[in-house]
Amino acid sequence: MSIGTVSPQTLHFSTPLQLQSGATIADYVLMYETYGSLNAAHSNAVLVCHALNASHHVAGMYAGDPKSAGWWDNMVGPGKPLDTDKFFVIGVNNLGSCFGSTGPMHPDPQTGKPYGANFPVVTVEDWVHAQARLADALGIGQWAAVMGGSLGGMQALAWSLLYPERLRHCVVVASTAKLSAQNIAFNDVARQAIMSDPDFHGGDYYAHGVVPKSGLRVARMIGHITYLSNDDMAEKFGRRLRDAASTGNYQFGFGIDFEIESYLRYQGDKFSEYFDANTYLLITKALDYFDPAREYDGDLTKTFAATEAEFLLVSFSTDWRFSPVRSHEMVRALVNNRRRVTYAEIDAPHGHDAFLLDDARYHGVVREYYARVWQQIEQSEQQSGRQTVPVSPRNAGVAA
Amino acid sequence: MNFNQLRTLRPDLAFIAHWVAADAHVLDLGCGDGVMLDYLRSDKACSGYGVEIDDDKIPLCIGRGVSVIQQDLEAGLAIFADNAFDTVLCLSALQMMKDVEGVLRDIARVGREAIVSFPNFGYWPHRLALLRGRMPVSKSLPYEWYDTPNLRCATIPDFEQLANEVGLEVLSCVALDDGRPVSLLPNWRGSLAVFRLKKR
Repeated sequence: MSIGTVSPQTLHFSTPLQLQSGATIADYVLMYETYGSLNAAHSNAVLVCHALNASHHVAGMYAGDPKSAGWWDNMVGPGKPLDTDKFFVIGVNNLGSCFGSTGPMHPDPQTGKPYGANFPVVTVEDWVHAQARLADALGIGQWAAVMGGSLGGMQALAWSLLYPERLRHCVVVASTAKLSAQNIAFNDVARQAIMSDPDFHGGDYYAHGVVPKSGLRVARMIGHITYLSNDDMAEKFGRRLRDAASTGNYQFGFGIDFEIESYLRYQGDKFSEYFDANTYLLITKALDYFDPAREYDGDLTKTFAATEAEFLLVSFSTDWRFSPVRSHEMVRALVNNRRRVTYAEIDAPHGHDAFLLDDARYHGVVREYYARVWQQIEQSEQQSGRQTVPVSPRNAGVAA
Repeated sequence: MNFNQLRTLRPDLAFIAHWVAADAHVLDLGCGDGVMLDYLRSDKACSGYGVEIDDDKIPLCIGRGVSVIQQDLEAGLAIFADNAFDTVLCLSALQMMKDVEGVLRDIARVGREAIVSFPNFGYWPHRLALLRGRMPVSKSLPYEWYDTPNLRCATIPDFEQLANEVGLEVLSCVALDDGRPVSLLPNWRGSLAVFRLKKR
């Protein structure tokens, strides 16, 4: 069952946020959604971090738009693996995004014009610091869990390192502690596609009333290839011709012959309609820069010594973007630190995208894990003699 | 989980649990539903991890609060550092390995002590079956020859020899039948062989 109709909220922050690059964002807005109710002890809050092209809209749908289901609606909701009848779940849109939180299309307070190319480069760690301020404002001192897939998983990891005492569980799905050279290479090709589009205008395309659509479209096509597995593509598309039914012949031209071409172009077109090119540049850079072991000479064991949370890591056998080997590295580092860690390697055909799909084994693992998290919450409630009656988040010290 | 619950559920594990020291850091290879680690954690304050490959078993371990790592033992235990564990358990799992020797060497590498159990092929009903010209099918080897996951058949002296070769010293060896130790003619009367081993 879906959680039903939801609506986003915004929170304005006027204390400047110091960024890893040295720059600051003086003033910003974070857009977020919440599902379920915060309990009296404020101990049942779960933060769900989004990946590249998603947003705060994790679950449910907007009024009058049945097609607007959240990006993790199969995971989050009443009776879902992350059960909103028990947990108070928050999705937050990250800085630099194009879905409501302050981003490159918004006016720079110093110039009054859109930030454009001047929007500061933000990192995964910067996002986490901003999320921590949102948690403060919502009265959440410690998350029951921080969870994310892919780039969202990196944020969950960063939480466990930057604010170890502020989360009890860290759920990292289809993610990695750093990008490989191949990952960075794909990202840079995508960025080059955008930046070499004549409509890009150095990032200030808003002023010209255009969008670098063709660049964004190619960027998305490249990205999309890395989300699917070879087998999945072979099964879904193979070498099928798009108009096989009509003629079955090659066109001997440069239009669309194969179904895979048609599919990727459609995905690219759709994406270029709603996504912002500057945001794409920013988010791929955030991916590239993420490498918490860098300050420990690449030693992930030393890096994870700071963590206090319990971990659930999940990877998918056919994910070649962030393959199971990337998760093994993290598991090894956590085991070396004797952290409590559970690792599931799901044999799924869908490549990186599998983390967004409904797979019984995958969801079974996450469901069982959150059942444990819930059990711990109940036990600590019993020990402290508190009631588990949920209260409305509005009564829980939220500054709106 | 307390000792009586474990003894009711798995008498063999209840016997073996005596050999694991309190507070030990334990690795349970082929941990199944995690019952042993569940007991060791709740009753003996042990820490550690289970390793299991079966998709269906992973949620059961999680439900018990056991830290389980889904991994093929034969793909190596590269995730674990040398001497990382006080005790490595490999209970009724080794006989399913293709590369028994490789797994046993890895056990010797990551643990200071190990406890290994396997169905004893020298158990008298098995010998009798062979004398009658048929492959044994028993409570401890419940499969037909063509569908058994047990790739390796060994007797108590067979295993002792391999343990010595990979650098493990046998501290004790007990043969169990229905979870109870057998002292007279163990290689005849014990259906499950249990070795307590120490790295030399």
